[in-house]
Amino acid sequence: MDLLYKIFIDPFVQMGTSPDLLVQTLWEGLVAGVLYALIALGFVLIFKASGVFNFAQGIMVVFAALTFVGLYQVLRGWGVSPGDVAAYCALALTILVMLGLAYGVERLVLKPLVNQPDIILFMATFGLTYFLIGVGELVFGGSPKTMVIEDLHLPRGAVEFKIFGGFVSLQKIDIAATVIASLMVAALAVFFQKTRIGRALRAVADSHKAALSVGISLEQIWVIVWFAAGIVALATGIRWGAKSEVSFALQIIALKALPVLILGGFTSIPGAIVGGIIIGVGEKIGEFYWGPLLGSGIESWLAYVIALVFLLFRPQGLFGERIIERI
Amino acid sequence: MFYREVGQYKTNYVADQAVFPILQDRIGLGVILLIAFVVIPLTGDDFLLNAVMIPFLIFSLAAMGLNILTGYTGLLSLGTGAFMGVGAFACYKLTTIFPNVNILIWVICSGFFSAAVGALFGLPSLRIKGFYLAVATLAAQFFLDWCFIRIPWLYNYNASGAIQVPQRMLFDIPITGPTATAMTRYYVVLTIVVAMTWVASNLVRGRIGRMWMAIRDMDIAAELIGIRPLPTKLTSFAVSSFYCGVAGALLVFLWYGGAEADVFNVNQSFLILFMVIIGGLGSLLGSYLGAALIFILPIVLRMLPPALGLEIRSVTVEHLTFVIIGVRIIVFLISEPHGLARLWQVTKQKLRVWPFPY
Amino acid sequence: MRAPSEKEAKTAEVLLAIEDVSLSFGGVKAIRGVSFDIRKGEIRAIIGPNGAGKTSMLNVINGFYHPQEGRITFRGEQRRAMRPYAAAQGGIARTFQNVALFRGMSALDNIMAGRTLKMRKNFFWQMLRHGPAMAEEVEHRRKVEEIIDFLEIQHIRRTQVAKLPYGLQKRVELGRALAMDPDLLLLDEPMAGMNLEEKEDMSRFILDVNSQYGTTIALIGHDMGVVMDLSDRVVVLDYGRKIADGTPEEVKSNQAVIDAYLGVAH
Repeated sequence: MDLLYKIFIDPFVQMGTSPDLLVQTLWEGLVAGVLYALIALGFVLIFKASGVFNFAQGIMVVFAALTFVGLYQVLRGWGVSPGDVAAYCALALTILVMLGLAYGVERLVLKPLVNQPDIILFMATFGLTYFLIGVGELVFGGSPKTMVIEDLHLPRGAVEFKIFGGFVSLQKIDIAATVIASLMVAALAVFFQKTRIGRALRAVADSHKAALSVGISLEQIWVIVWFAAGIVALATGIRWGAKSEVSFALQIIALKALPVLILGGFTSIPGAIVGGIIIGVGEKIGEFYWGPLLGSGIESWLAYVIALVFLLFRPQGLFGERIIERI
Repeated sequence: MFYREVGQYKTNYVADQAVFPILQDRIGLGVILLIAFVVIPLTGDDFLLNAVMIPFLIFSLAAMGLNILTGYTGLLSLGTGAFMGVGAFACYKLTTIFPNVNILIWVICSGFFSAAVGALFGLPSLRIKGFYLAVATLAAQFFLDWCFIRIPWLYNYNASGAIQVPQRMLFDIPITGPTATAMTRYYVVLTIVVAMTWVASNLVRGRIGRMWMAIRDMDIAAELIGIRPLPTKLTSFAVSSFYCGVAGALLVFLWYGGAEADVFNVNQSFLILFMVIIGGLGSLLGSYLGAALIFILPIVLRMLPPALGLEIRSVTVEHLTFVIIGVRIIVFLISEPHGLARLWQVTKQKLRVWPFPY
Repeated sequence: MRAPSEKEAKTAEVLLAIEDVSLSFGGVKAIRGVSFDIRKGEIRAIIGPNGAGKTSMLNVINGFYHPQEGRITFRGEQRRAMRPYAAAQGGIARTFQNVALFRGMSALDNIMAGRTLKMRKNFFWQMLRHGPAMAEEVEHRRKVEEIIDFLEIQHIRRTQVAKLPYGLQKRVELGRALAMDPDLLLLDEPMAGMNLEEKEDMSRFILDVNSQYGTTIALIGHDMGVVMDLSDRVVVLDYGRKIADGTPEEVKSNQAVIDAYLGVAH
């Protein structure tokens, strides 16, 4: 009885008695969710436009952040000043690096593998993951780095709100990140739905062969989406680096984007966002209110289990269309 | 030139259905077994046995397990590491509770625990396919990882949170624990791996193997010829996890001699998956080749710079290994998406008709 | 041409009866209130223009789709919803419009897979592959070799089916269905995409299966000529409705059928 009470009643009582804590937890869930959503967004972009399940997206985030910080340090070392000039130069250079990466991936990985089964392309991105980890560590060293915050003029500090007799504190950077993420998503959605290139992207996702046959250039499309995913990765990396340090530990966090994708569906941009927020909020609420019952740390698997349970009831995801099997 | 099947007629279906219907292949297998059982133990030193052969065989076994699931049944799994962990922890608990029962029995039994857990996490595979299933297996991976750390009962409440392998005997010879020699452990591992390979090859060539492959190639058509998807997939999950579980138990008991939960994390799962993909999906031989390439090559890389008199920091070598593994995966996929096993088949075909092109 | 008396004797018993079956996907009605029967030993054709609901009809018969309304009686037993493997157990085999072979397996293994339901040796024996398991394997192999001989595909036994040309793939698929020793064989467009010679071969196999093994066959086709020659009775579907049912001669002269195929000004 006691256990049942602790599982089904106690957490809700807590929520009711200290609503400020609930709001704080919800907000933290939202913040974590936006991070997951951003990583998932990179996955979705590439999946939507090339049908490739890009396992390397998480590493691209780290790689982009590492490159940015590394370049900044190099520029500072050369005596580029003031700091913000160096920071913006580094940012521009990193964008160029991501373009180069997109181009390289298209040339050396995707092009030779056109029309191969999905799993082969998936494995190739595994190879890319290892490659990027190796190169990143070789060039910039394996030790964690601190993100450049002041010189990029990122907002710092927290805002505090008084509600329900308590108070809730919001990090300014989180607010900024949420706004930027929303803008980015809106822009991408318009790009996909309204432009000619967007239509070509969707065509490529459906069938490489058919797209080629109507004269869509796969090379161009792939470079564009991988570049776009690279930009998303850079934004994610900066945002995430501002909260903790830049290291390859993010790899495990990046895997959390997978349950997000399952909730949202592999091809839906709004799905990635909504899924991210559901997972983020669900995870924080679960950890905060039910975690102590199981001995903390359930955050590491709760997201996957949420996704798994969800899948059993809706195999096509939140925004996916119902699959009618034909033969 | 020596590889010809001319004149080897089969007069009954039993002979025609043998694993190696061609005489030269059978001789080849005999030679390999002879090398494995006699030549290597006689000539190899402890380093070769302990650091190369034992882990290579164990990883081959795990890769074989994953290959049954992913290569033969077409179900992508990222939870191999966790299933290996279940085997290792089950074996540890069993031998703690019943110390007098022979350890080899527990090594095999731990496979059954792993099989049960695998089948449980395989249940969603009825409704979930492809990458979605891969994520479902990640749920198994992270959940089990968490269990290995958070349930102290599993590691007997050791302060370190690690398994320490006790000494166990077979015919009065220590086979586990610090006093066991590399040679005995090698023989134990080799025998188990060879026997399990034989069983696997029997399974995949018979009715069960055909059911797995039918589900892999076209699940709807399979159902319409009377193959029930769920039991078939669950069998595959169970058998695959059994192999992984035994591999996990061997890994800890006959190689590491002690391990933390960390050994069975998601990176282990990825590593085994690479072995399967590079070796060749749906090929038992490929599991060995893949394990050899992924596991042994880094060892060679590590030894190469000192041998050449180059001074490279070990950290750099570590990073280089990552780059090389990554590049190799991509290069392999581009040049031969079906893995080393296909390369071997092609070579055999070429040999068969040599000196003519076809 | 077979003698009419023989035919009448064969068509005495109803093997499968479809009554008032309707099937829809969301708002799309694929089949609307169709009834017909298939008698033991006959070759029954289902024809109709594209989108008439022919393939959906076969999918209903072998349990892949579940109709919202209507009754299906197979061998005197009524059923509504059934899993496909249960239909397979009941003796319904099937080939597909777009060849649905197990592409990674050899032709031999594909046909052997068709024997799965007949093989009973348990997991333990399968692991050893000696004794009873091997005896069973050989027994079924013998059966399968008969089918291979019958379909004249000995030379491609060991070839991976994905590498075979389309016509041979269709033959292997027929072999896999035959390996199930079916009571009712459903053929979805067995001649689609074939050249004249391949069509003749396939027609011969279908007739031989029917006469040698006494298998009841239901086949779909849109090529009127071939289908009319092969079948004993024909049912015609159009927009999910049945518009005609009878012998090939009757159907040929039916005004509704002519309209459906040639199109009329509505």
